[in-house]
Amino acid sequence: MITASLIGLPLVFGLLLLFVKGEGAKRIALVASLLELALAGFAYFTLYNDPSSDLLATSVPWITSIGADFHVSIDGISILLVLLTSFLVPIIILSGFEKKTENPALFHALILFMQMALIGVFTSRDAFLFYIFWELALIPIWFICLIWGTGENRGTITFKFFVYTLFGSLLMLAALIFVYLHTDVGNGLHSFDILAMYKAGQSLDLTQQSFVFWGLFLAFAIKMPVFPFHTWQPDTYVSAPTQGTMLLSGIMLKMGTYGLLIWLLPMTPLALDRWGMTVVVLSVISIIYASCMALVQKDYKRLIAYSSIAHVGLIAAGILANTTSHISVEGISGALLQMLSHGINVVGLFFIADILMNRTGTRDLDKLGGIRNVSPQFAVLFLIVLLGSVALPLTNGFVGEFLLLNGVYQYNTTLAVFAGLTVILGAVYMLRSYQSIMLGESNAVTSSFGALTSNEKTILVLICAAVLIFGVFPKPLLSIAQQDIEILVKTIVPINP
Amino acid sequence: MKPVLILSGLGLLALFAEMFRFRRALYPLLLIGVAGAVASAVSYIGFDDGEMSEYIKTMISFDAFAIVASTIMLVTLLLWFVLARDFFSDENNVADHSALVLFAVVGAILLTCYKNMTMLFLGIEILSIPLYVLAGSKKTSLSSNESAFKYFLMGSFASGFLLFGITLIYGATGSFDLGEIGAAVSNKTVLPGYFFAGIVMLLVGLLFKVSIAPFHFWAPDVYDGAPTPVTALMSTVVKTAAFAAIVRLFVSPVFGGVSDFWLPILGVCTALTLVIGNVTAVVQTSVKRMLAYSSVAHAGFLLMAVASGSVMAIVNPFAVKGVLFYAAAYSAASIAAFTVLLIVGGKSGDVSIDRFNGLGKKNPLVAVVMTIALLSLAGIPPTSGFFGKYYILTAAFQGGHVWLAIIGILGSLVGVYYYFRVIIAMFFRDANEETVTATSEHQGLLFVTAVIIIVLGLLPDLLFNFCDMAMVAMQPVQ
Repeated sequence: MITASLIGLPLVFGLLLLFVKGEGAKRIALVASLLELALAGFAYFTLYNDPSSDLLATSVPWITSIGADFHVSIDGISILLVLLTSFLVPIIILSGFEKKTENPALFHALILFMQMALIGVFTSRDAFLFYIFWELALIPIWFICLIWGTGENRGTITFKFFVYTLFGSLLMLAALIFVYLHTDVGNGLHSFDILAMYKAGQSLDLTQQSFVFWGLFLAFAIKMPVFPFHTWQPDTYVSAPTQGTMLLSGIMLKMGTYGLLIWLLPMTPLALDRWGMTVVVLSVISIIYASCMALVQKDYKRLIAYSSIAHVGLIAAGILANTTSHISVEGISGALLQMLSHGINVVGLFFIADILMNRTGTRDLDKLGGIRNVSPQFAVLFLIVLLGSVALPLTNGFVGEFLLLNGVYQYNTTLAVFAGLTVILGAVYMLRSYQSIMLGESNAVTSSFGALTSNEKTILVLICAAVLIFGVFPKPLLSIAQQDIEILVKTIVPINP
Repeated sequence: MKPVLILSGLGLLALFAEMFRFRRALYPLLLIGVAGAVASAVSYIGFDDGEMSEYIKTMISFDAFAIVASTIMLVTLLLWFVLARDFFSDENNVADHSALVLFAVVGAILLTCYKNMTMLFLGIEILSIPLYVLAGSKKTSLSSNESAFKYFLMGSFASGFLLFGITLIYGATGSFDLGEIGAAVSNKTVLPGYFFAGIVMLLVGLLFKVSIAPFHFWAPDVYDGAPTPVTALMSTVVKTAAFAAIVRLFVSPVFGGVSDFWLPILGVCTALTLVIGNVTAVVQTSVKRMLAYSSVAHAGFLLMAVASGSVMAIVNPFAVKGVLFYAAAYSAASIAAFTVLLIVGGKSGDVSIDRFNGLGKKNPLVAVVMTIALLSLAGIPPTSGFFGKYYILTAAFQGGHVWLAIIGILGSLVGVYYYFRVIIAMFFRDANEETVTATSEHQGLLFVTAVIIIVLGLLPDLLFNFCDMAMVAMQPVQ
């Protein structure tokens, strides 16, 4: 019931917004997203008190002709992503409060539709429903990037983004149909139910599993993105409006990592043994390549875009660095935790890039400098978000990255060494950017920077609080997921290998 | 059978409108009549028990399949009449226009329910001849005349092939009756060579009618040249009817027994059509011509379902229902898209892609419905077009035609490119100064079609269970 309401609430408010005119739309959208956050909090406590509560699941027949149900539920794993989504969306909406947006009602309606689809992706327990939500998430963000983006050739850029991701999802659809046709729920009928799909996937032989594995992996790899499927990402992130970039990087790419964990691993264990090394190597290449690219960027937004590829590469490596004979629970916990931390930190960084752009009119690292002298508050808050991103101990990034590297280490020592470079390189490009933006003498561009507005302060303080609180005290997040991760791990290991 | 009678009667009545001076009352009469035909088709539901449904000896059987297919066509026709309001506003031609359309649809319904090769031929001719005239109904336009002439020449050629094929099959099996042909096919161990030549000729004739490559060359010119309402009729009702005719022959026990022979031909034609239709659509600058080529590509998708229709001579329900669902979804989206073409084209009828620039600002309703229609044509969920593609792809997987499914998927990706060009133009490019206004009838129609597309995209079972009924007529003869 709660889960269905979590999906329904943004949808209802989104539709409502279509009939609203003027700036009031922003406030309505904010109220809607705060209600959603409260509901997500309620879901967390319900799950905490009684993990098998009926309140958390809804299952009604949907398309009986193909055996697809509207089956959504929240467990210890999906609650984390639901919390992330419902925490970030209000922040994203709030971040646009002081800017003038053309046609705000439509813009915020699209954000809420997007939220609905994202929550749907994270809670679906039916493969077909999952696919529908997956596609549904694409349309609003495409319109957001196309209509409110910047840059003359954004038509081409967003189009590339759309076709790239659509290509991935069609492959995923083909793979899912393939598995679906091997399910059997009696009377020769098939079902898209997640457990039936797991069972059918595991019953396939290696060749068939490999087909499914690559179909799904490509879809997820494009979404995250992982090298060499990342070429759409930097351009799209830069040309999208800031709020769109936040949605893309903060929440949407988690669809890919979540998909790896929930749909790929348990459905194709044999293929994981066969192809695991290949994809982990791809992820590690992704880490190093993106870190090096980030080192040489001049545009701050583009730098963050590349850093995002590096971070998500480590998450992917942590999830995929498993075999049926050894599955690292720590690695998976780390991946989940890092999905959250990365979401929060990257949204903070993009917000900072937006502040810079609004105040100085440029994001060029060479032109900025000395902002610390002008706005010390900004300097402190920026530093906290940045350190979270660099994974300094006692920030949220640390716990996740530590667990992830530990997971990769257990899988393959050499790869772990290369993956570990992310920590060093990350520190280099992040601190270098801080140095050229904040330190030094203030120049003509930055001297008029001024103090932060209360709105900006609120957002940055909220993000910094999240960075510090979950850095010092990650237990509430880790412990709620613990049991379900163990259940998932048991599913991956086939009973008769 | 009642819909056929109602529509024929209505057609005759329309011819008298000129003589007895009730031309003004004709359009409302048409709407009521077609609505009546829909009701009469629906009234057959649940009464399919063989004997009841057969007419003119056993030449026609208005069975479950025919009921479903003709209901889909008649509902589309009703929507089409709203779309084509202007087509019937010219007082000099209102009577002949209406009579021609109605007779064409009578032919279309015969194609869904024939049980005899002669009825198939009659149906095709009754459908085609009015269409030749309709394609040229913009008398002063050169391209409309060209279109009619091309259509007529190529169409009669194809009819010749069809008739020759029927004759050869008659020679081999000794009957025009589908049941007896089917029995002959399954009983005889050795069929004469000219029987297979007959099938090929029959296929050429039918594939021509549905613009399957390599018999598709007429389609873009005819679609582009004909008046937009006629194009809309051709790509919805006519296409559905022709595919119903193909399904009755090939996804059924009639030719199911010799599927080894014709499957490779259909497979190659499907692949060719998907590739040619999609790739050529990319380079078009006129949206109408783009839709014409994309309609060729959609025909390829429908043919994929036919090719997957019989797995080891057993009818695959997904394929039959897939064809019906896809045709319905495609019709709904096409009606919406062609309505928008009429609105945007205005008096000049110019529908090059530049005319769509900034439509999102000028007329949001039209732009949003066009977007929904194009998303459905491109097969993006949650629209009905997605489910059409989904069912057919599943059928292709079940039929073992994975390579066709892959070509279909790649084709859809190309499709996204040309459909999205229009969406990008509507929302991203700057508007010119002309205003775009839609009549209230068109606005209502756009709203209704958009609702149909979305509702069928969220709850496809509504239509799919209805299509399920058609399977009663498709069980193999014991």
